[in-house]
Amino acid sequence: MSGFVATALVTGGSRGIGRAVARTLAGEGFQVYLTYVSKAAEAAAVVAEIEAAGGKARAFALDVSRAEAVEAFFREEIKEKVLLSVLVNNAGITRDGLILRMKDEDWDSVLDTDLRGPFVCLREASKIMVRQRRGRIVNVVSVVGQMGNAGQANYSAAKAGLIGLTKSAAKELAGRDITVNAVAPGFIETDMTGGLSEEVRKAYQDQIPLRRLGSAQDVAEAVAFLASDKAAYITGQVLAVNGGMYC
Amino acid sequence: MSVEERVKQIIVDQLGVDANEVVPEAAFIEDLGADSLDLTELIMAMEEEFKVQIGDTDAQKLLKVKDVYKYIADHSA
Repeated sequence: MSGFVATALVTGGSRGIGRAVARTLAGEGFQVYLTYVSKAAEAAAVVAEIEAAGGKARAFALDVSRAEAVEAFFREEIKEKVLLSVLVNNAGITRDGLILRMKDEDWDSVLDTDLRGPFVCLREASKIMVRQRRGRIVNVVSVVGQMGNAGQANYSAAKAGLIGLTKSAAKELAGRDITVNAVAPGFIETDMTGGLSEEVRKAYQDQIPLRRLGSAQDVAEAVAFLASDKAAYITGQVLAVNGGMYC
Repeated sequence: MSVEERVKQIIVDQLGVDANEVVPEAAFIEDLGADSLDLTELIMAMEEEFKVQIGDTDAQKLLKVKDVYKYIADHSA
């Protein structure tokens, strides 16, 4: 495998935090494979941007909630084709609503994409990384998985679950020099928070000691650190990137 | 290569042990220094090589080299 170029797989890489992570890892010298579900043009734009900066990237349509599709993707595009150095489980969705009115399908779709999806990707990546005897896995979780948030029972449960998965996987894979960590963004300027009213935004901002929403780049820097050799002795950790709002 | 030779080769590759240590009576954990992740990898390599599905209950019974010889002999096409 040593002849292959070190590759970082970033799920949900067409926009927001995933896009910033893809660009940053490409800047660190990784070939970046990013996945998207529906935003093909945005994904192609991220690839073009990385290539224009002298990096290497490819985009793939992949819905991580579909286990067979994830398995096929790893079989056809990753296994024995690239050196999989890094997996960033970033893809995620929200279906917000109060518990009293939350439908089963809103619960299921968020859990399928935000928890089962990362699990399947991590499992498939592990099979490859265990053989390589090295690897870095970074799961993008959320401050709401740590502190809870009214209206996000499904999302916060999925993200809290992903923190548990991070810690267990870290223990299972440590013997093979594979580190597994999580980055927990606070309130970040993305499409996911772009729909908020000015009032809600202000209320969020007032809770943040650093007095601003974070940028996708703030998160990407933390992911890039955990994906690097500099973080070789860090595993099973949750690195909060939240402006000090929750410790 | 015979089935036993193929099994032996996988064990040598997966566990990084010397071929002459891989005797039928050798236990994976006690004698060949395998851990639980090694055993899982070994099972997956056998499944791939011999195109078989080894269930968890069966896998737990594969403690010695001879257990694998017998299992593969009984189950591979």
